[in-house]
Amino acid sequence: MNFEKLANIIAEHVDCDVNEIKKDTTFESLGIDSLDTVEMVMELEEELGVELELNEKLLTVEELLNFINKRLGEINA
Amino acid sequence: MSFKILGTGKYAPDFVIDNNELSKYMDTSDEWIKQRVGVKQRHISIDESTIDLAYNASINALENAKIDASELDLILCSTVSGDYASPAVSCMVQSRLNATCPAMDINAACSGFIFALDTAASFFEAKKVKKVLVVSAERISKLLDWNDRGTSVIFGDGAGAVVLGEGNNYLSSVINTYGGNSVISIPQSDAPSPFWDRSDIKPYIYMNGQETFKFAVNAMVKDIKHVLTKAEVDESKVNIVIPHQANIRIIDYAKRKLNIDDKNFYMNIDRYGNTSSASIPIALDELHRANNIKDNDYLVFSAFGGGLCSGACLIKW
Repeated sequence: MNFEKLANIIAEHVDCDVNEIKKDTTFESLGIDSLDTVEMVMELEEELGVELELNEKLLTVEELLNFINKRLGEINA
Repeated sequence: MSFKILGTGKYAPDFVIDNNELSKYMDTSDEWIKQRVGVKQRHISIDESTIDLAYNASINALENAKIDASELDLILCSTVSGDYASPAVSCMVQSRLNATCPAMDINAACSGFIFALDTAASFFEAKKVKKVLVVSAERISKLLDWNDRGTSVIFGDGAGAVVLGEGNNYLSSVINTYGGNSVISIPQSDAPSPFWDRSDIKPYIYMNGQETFKFAVNAMVKDIKHVLTKAEVDESKVNIVIPHQANIRIIDYAKRKLNIDDKNFYMNIDRYGNTSSASIPIALDELHRANNIKDNDYLVFSAFGGGLCSGACLIKW
């Protein structure tokens, strides 16, 4: 998963310009709450065909990106 | 042999508090609650007990069904907010209705109405009953931590009831339990004792929002597909879905995963909040009294919540 792909998914979810999304953008600043995060993770799980098992609070786009890639690494290991 | 629904009823306490009023007591706003949960207002019982709510909804349903309480063979009440550990809410309703049949409560949290319907269906199947009252009553406001804006803005009080008679209209059902207390729990307080002190345990609803969301949408989609497949009814044939009115976003997410017309999902969470197991029978009564259910309509009920429990059923009206 790369940053651009994730940024596109987030932009689609919150209906905003993808250029507004940077790595250090907080979900709070995008008006995204914890349920939006879990919704996006569920959509990603479906797309990637893996269980990401999100059970930590993620504050920024980069944290979500790192979380996804860490889980994908664990699954593929 | 299963059952058919002979009549419906509901009751909600008079006191209504909207989001603006609620934001005087906690740091929240109408806009946030409407967008994030889907609630605009909720009924809160100031001085009526869960038994009062259950009794009033029961009377309403019996009148609608034109059935006298003396004809009842069984009373089932679903609740997590009973007034007493004993007697059960259903026992007190039986007494106040002057009924003589057996009565018992079922605790399957928000899925309680479906669990109660499924239990009733088994009694009909066994030919042990001809008329059953199922009432779901929740005074959930007494279990809220009003300092927790994450949970207290979601819920409301109310009761819904149905009177069931012999018939073949309960076409298929599924009930599930995935036991555990880490996602949703409501602890019970202990009586004071000279041998321990557990006075720090408060009877508040605890919910892990993210896990609840995930469980709820998966359960709803899976259970609805299950009951339709079992009865060989296509998703496109479903006329009305009454989901447990938990949170608008759970329902919106599940809608996208089902091939059922969006407009067929009935919602009233904006006016009642989440009334736990009472939400489906309250919504059913609203639809019924507005003449929005036609003969032979396919109705799907789907619920999920504490336990963790979930369930769904398909009814032909």
